This record gives sequence, structure tokens and C-alpha cells, in this order.
Amino acid sequence: MFLPDFDYYAPASLGEATDLLTRLGPSARVLAGGTDILVKMKNGLLAPSALVSLKHLRELRNIRWDAERGLVIGALATHNEICNSAVAQERFLSLSEAAHKLANNQVRNRGTIGGNLVNAIPSADLPPILIALGAHVTLAGPDGSRAMPVERFFTGVSCCALDPQREILTEVVIPPQETTGSTYIKFGLRRSGALAVVGVAAAVTMDGDMVKDARICLGAVYKMPTRAIQAEQVLIGKGWTDDLLEQSGRAAVGCCLPISDIRGSAEYRRDLVRIFTRRALKRAITKGHV
Amino acid sequence: MQAITDKQGVKRYLITLTVNGDQYSPVIKANTLLVNLLRDELDLTGTKKGCELGDCGSCTVLMDGKPVDACLVLALEADGCELITIEGVAQHGELDRLQRSFIDNAAIQCGYCTPGMILSAKALLTRNPHPTEPGVRAAISGNLCRCTGYVNIVKAVLDAAEVKG
Repeated sequence: MFLPDFDYYAPASLGEATDLLTRLGPSARVLAGGTDILVKMKNGLLAPSALVSLKHLRELRNIRWDAERGLVIGALATHNEICNSAVAQERFLSLSEAAHKLANNQVRNRGTIGGNLVNAIPSADLPPILIALGAHVTLAGPDGSRAMPVERFFTGVSCCALDPQREILTEVVIPPQETTGSTYIKFGLRRSGALAVVGVAAAVTMDGDMVKDARICLGAVYKMPTRAIQAEQVLIGKGWTDDLLEQSGRAAVGCCLPISDIRGSAEYRRDLVRIFTRRALKRAITKGHV
Repeated sequence: MQAITDKQGVKRYLITLTVNGDQYSPVIKANTLLVNLLRDELDLTGTKKGCELGDCGSCTVLMDGKPVDACLVLALEADGCELITIEGVAQHGELDRLQRSFIDNAAIQCGYCTPGMILSAKALLTRNPHPTEPGVRAAISGNLCRCTGYVNIVKAVLDAAEVKG
């Protein structure tokens, strides 16, 4: 399998990179880890005239805790860097665990969090937990940067709010928060190298046994990762019981619109949503950020 | 990075990378994949090509110590990197313990997955000299063996780890 011809640029600064994108026109694309875009190019789904490699923008690799902003993850942080980052594990182990569930070791060493978001496939593993934790992204363009909640970032299958002709996703930020627990549960056909058949993330804020707040996000069961608002409302303000979590799971089924494909039927996915919502909530409530 | 455009207008780039301790300065096109640079230009054909889509791990090499699929890395992105391929695992004509252990445990059947398996295992043992069995299974889970030989491969890696201990 060979790649079509393209021009290659490796700018030394973010400003240079966004200027290049604007100048090169509509068929230039950003290259981060390459684990998605090179596959698309090999399969003939994409034939960019130029690739703008971000490999020299080392500042976009950092993962750090900022007392005001929260956990700031550079867009070029690889999945394995997120898995192994002490600060990420300490603050939101659930995110490190979600990154660990993604693809296989070789891909996790190259693939980046920014690429995972911009690629915007419905079954992506990082968006559900990021949305549950209320994360936002920073999009940098030639005229400055804008922030956007991850929840609003996705606009359809493989579509997102980033303008590929002028913008680069530079960081993902999880704000400081009172949540007491969060988790992401994935069902894939294998433990490694498999897309999610269903992925459910939950983040809860507890006051003793009472659920003060809950955010649930479903992956792989709609054209984009989607909040299960009705399932959250079932919980808020009530003392948690196994029965209440089951009711929330049933409500989550009403929030999704899964397709049938080779990985699972729509009916099967709906049932997984019910069960995984219940399990994710119980883990987040009883185990913290795991 | 120096770029050279020939009379036909084809652009090539001069990169420098270290492979198995030797420095190379190949002149390559932008669309050259690392796996093809290794196999076709540097004649290091121990790195295999399987699915070429990042699923099978046959083309696993160590890039700055980490296992990556060489089919999903542009050669240009490896500019300035240190690579280890299966040809660089044996030292001074002596097989590495891991390689010896693969032979002793009959962990090789057709052999096509073996270079990738050994490099994934090598990266694991460098990071963690005493892995558990689930740890070994996780480390090689990005490498597919279609002869269904995982049991002996896992045994081989655990044996090599013990010898090293």
C-alpha cells in the first residue's frame, strides 16, 4: 500500500503552522500521530495536497496541572503518554484508563489526543470521558484561539467544529471540579485493537449517598458521542440505589440511536447502553475516578 | 531539513536517522513510509509488512525505544530518531536472550510475526524486567500471530525475563 504524493511541511511554531494551513488552501491537512490520516490516505479516502507536520511543536506534548485551568493536555500528547502521565493519573485516572483501552500499544505510542478528537469517529474512546468531565478544547487559528466544550465539538460522523483550513486543535483542558468519581467502560470485541461497540462514561458529584450532579456520555451509539441528559435527570437529587441506577440505564437507552453493523446489532447495543450506564454509575459513585 | 527538487519537479528530502546504531542519511520523497525506507532503501527486510494499516504489528520497530508500526510512520517523521529493527537485536553475532528463548520455546511457527513480537517484548523487558503473564500478553497484544502460537510466545518472553533476572 502506497501513499499518494503530497508536499510536506514541518513548521517550527504554531503561528507558522496556522499561516501555512491558510496559505496552502483547502486540501492541506495537519499531520499529528498519523495513525488515522495515513490509513485514510492509503485507503484512498483522503488525498491531501500537503501535510503540515506538527512534530516540531514540542510544547503541544505537555500534560500539566494548572491550579486555575485544571488538567491541560497538549494536543500532541500520545495515548500512552496520557496513560503513563503521573499528573493525569493523579487527577483523572479515568482518562488515563480510557486512553489505555484505545487501539493497541504501537498505535498508542503514535496516536494523539488531538488526532483522536479531530478524526471524530462515533466510537472514539476519549470523547465520552472528556465530555463527562466537562472538558473543552482550544482551537488556534491565524487570528487567535477559541475555546469550545468537547460536548459541542462534534457535528456528525467524522465531522467536527474545527476549520481544517485554518485551525489547529492545540490543547484539551479538564477544568478543576468537585466531581467525586468518573469512569469509562468500553465493550470491544477484543481487549486490544478493537473499536468500541458501546462506550459509556459517567462522572458524578456526590453528597453522601445523594447524587448532586451526574454527567453521562455515550459513545458508538449515535452519529457522535452524546450526553444522556434524561438518564442524568433520573439521578440528580436522589439517594443512589441499585434500582435507581437501573432506571437511569433504561433512560439512557432512550438517548441513543445505534446502528447495526458487523460489531453488533442496534438491539444489542441498546441493551449494552442500559447495563454499562448502570455499571459506570456504580463504579463512579463507589470507586472515585477510575 | 534540506529539500532537493529534481528536473522533473519531484521534491526529495535529506533526513538523518540512526538505525541499529548506524547513522544513515537517505534522500526520500515525502510519501515514503518508514517501513519502505527500512526494507527497500536500507535493505533491512527483517521488518515485515502485513496489514499495512496498523492492525497486525508485523512492521513493529522501536522508535526512540517505543514500539511503533513502521507502516504508519512517514520516514520524514523519523528524521533525527533512533530506530531499532529486528536486525539490531542480536549483538556481535550473538542472539539476544529473547531470540534464544523464542527458539528454545518453539515460539516461532511461520515466523512472519516474530520480528514484531520480539521488538514489542524487548521494549517491555527494557521497561519492566519482571513482567507478569498478563503484562506480557498486554505488551504483545498489538502483534497478531495467525499460526495461533501465543502460548509459546508468552512462555518465551517470561523465560527470557527470568534468565535476565
